[in-house]
Amino acid sequence: MATVDKQPAIRCRNLVKEYGSGNSLVRALRGVDLDVYAGELTLMVGPSGCGKTTLLSVVAGILEPTSGEVDVLGTDIARMAQWRKVKFRRDNIGFVFQQYNLLPALTAAENVSVPLILAGVPKRKAVEAAIKMLNQMDMGSRAHALPSKLSGGQQQRVAIARALVHHPQLLVCDEPTSALDAKTGHTIMEILRNVAVEGDRAVIIVTHDSRVLEFGDRIARMEDGHIVSVSPEAATIAAH
Amino acid sequence: MSWVALRMLTGNRAKFMGIVLGVTFAALLIAQQASIFCGLMLMTTSQIRDIQGAQIWVMDPNVQFIDDIKPMSEVELFRVRGVPGVEWAVRLYKGLSRAKLDDGTFQQVILLGLDDASMVGAPSEMIYGSIADLRRPDAIIMDENGYGQLWPGEKFQPGKVFEMNDRRAQIVGLCKARPTFQTFPVVYTRYSQATKFAPPERKMMSFVLANPQPNVPVEEACRRIIDQTGLQAMTNEAFAWKTINYYMLKTGIPINFGITVFLGFLVGTAIAGQTFYLFTIENLKQFGALKAMGAGNLKLLGMIMLQAAVVAFIGYGLGVGAAAFFGHMTGGTSQLAYFMPWEVLWGTGVAVVLISILSSLLCIRRVMVLEPAIVFQG
Repeated sequence: MATVDKQPAIRCRNLVKEYGSGNSLVRALRGVDLDVYAGELTLMVGPSGCGKTTLLSVVAGILEPTSGEVDVLGTDIARMAQWRKVKFRRDNIGFVFQQYNLLPALTAAENVSVPLILAGVPKRKAVEAAIKMLNQMDMGSRAHALPSKLSGGQQQRVAIARALVHHPQLLVCDEPTSALDAKTGHTIMEILRNVAVEGDRAVIIVTHDSRVLEFGDRIARMEDGHIVSVSPEAATIAAH
Repeated sequence: MSWVALRMLTGNRAKFMGIVLGVTFAALLIAQQASIFCGLMLMTTSQIRDIQGAQIWVMDPNVQFIDDIKPMSEVELFRVRGVPGVEWAVRLYKGLSRAKLDDGTFQQVILLGLDDASMVGAPSEMIYGSIADLRRPDAIIMDENGYGQLWPGEKFQPGKVFEMNDRRAQIVGLCKARPTFQTFPVVYTRYSQATKFAPPERKMMSFVLANPQPNVPVEEACRRIIDQTGLQAMTNEAFAWKTINYYMLKTGIPINFGITVFLGFLVGTAIAGQTFYLFTIENLKQFGALKAMGAGNLKLLGMIMLQAAVVAFIGYGLGVGAAAFFGHMTGGTSQLAYFMPWEVLWGTGVAVVLISILSSLLCIRRVMVLEPAIVFQG
């Protein structure tokens, strides 16, 4: 677990995100302050529409904040040029999506190799690295299967392998267990707990699934665009 | 990412085939209709290309195309012969005549009267008989397709007789001739004979065929003929183009074919565009995921362009191939005009590229403006 004197991997201060304008203005984030530490698994929970996914998108460099500071891995991504942001995401962030978003025409290994291909690694080397990563996920035997031939849990493992194959420092996961049954969801969280956090990687997970709260090192509760609580508090973590 | 783009494209076979078929259909329709049009235009020049041996055609200044006959006085022949740089000049009759067959039926024929002495313009490929046979009384040589038209299913019988302008005409030879625009049989005879087969007119000479002296360029000879006689003189090629241009500008044929070609273009664009667009929409989340993972807009643009290019290439190949196969299979049919010059292949290629660009433009726009945050919307 992280300690309080450690620099946060993600540091948000007074983060505001608004959609639309005039009468149709929606304030999705209303001054969010949040620290996420490397080597920790941070869960973001809260009711639908509270701004969890918006916050995840902002810290992942996918959405521009309206105002406030977002410092990710020591870089102020709010002020970053678009093309730098694309490169930053490619090099530093792994993504796990609720609906897996695997390319249906590619095999599991090819899907996992995509971030490496995007980084300019030749296909053959990328697929070799992808198969290694799938082996770590106990998916080596299904490396050449198409996503349509895999179960939901297997697809999510492939998605996690894809998110980790290029060894990002930050892993962002959007509802990784919500499409899975309890047992598979548990397995996926164990994988994220064991594989993702290793190597001093920061993991941030948005979830509705109360069954997975036990896996979080830190749980940030959101309501109406605010972080209403973070438990345990940094001080508590330090005490442990 | 090229292989990813290609695998995305071909992953769903049915969709892939749908897009390719749209382009194929457009390419087929465009290439086939354009080839038929070119074939028709070429047919209008059949006689110009069949009448060989002379490099220069001389005619009345108001003649607009090969079948626009404005007879000249015989004096003009001698005036052409008197132009410096002209090696020789001979007369040619060209007109329509009515053939009366044994059973009393009539059929229009294209009558070509060749210079009695030189026989310049005689058919180049004889199937039966020889050009010299035309020197026999009442002799005519008929083209193979025309014979089949007058006596369908009958085997060729030399010596067969019919009437033109109440005069006896005897077939002494059978030749090959290019299919004509009017689809009438072509009858070759001597000039003196032709003037008897044709309805009498004050002036009978349709054209003068001439050749320049060896040291005089053909264009220069034409210019001299024009300057000194006031007649129209041009090379075979120029006369063929004059004829084609007449049909292009003064008839509705290009418009009719143009409409079909345009429809082919529209239908192809609609089918390919719609399928390609749907394909992109279905893959929007995947594109979003790629964007989130760090694929820039340029990379995604390249992927879509590659997919469009592959579809265009395959569709073009299949479409043009099918059009060529159609032309090959119907090549033996004399009535069907079909000519596929490289310009048709080129034009079809340009049309297919346009179809692909138009089809992919909407997709490109959708992907370019796509917010990668879409992937977080479960």
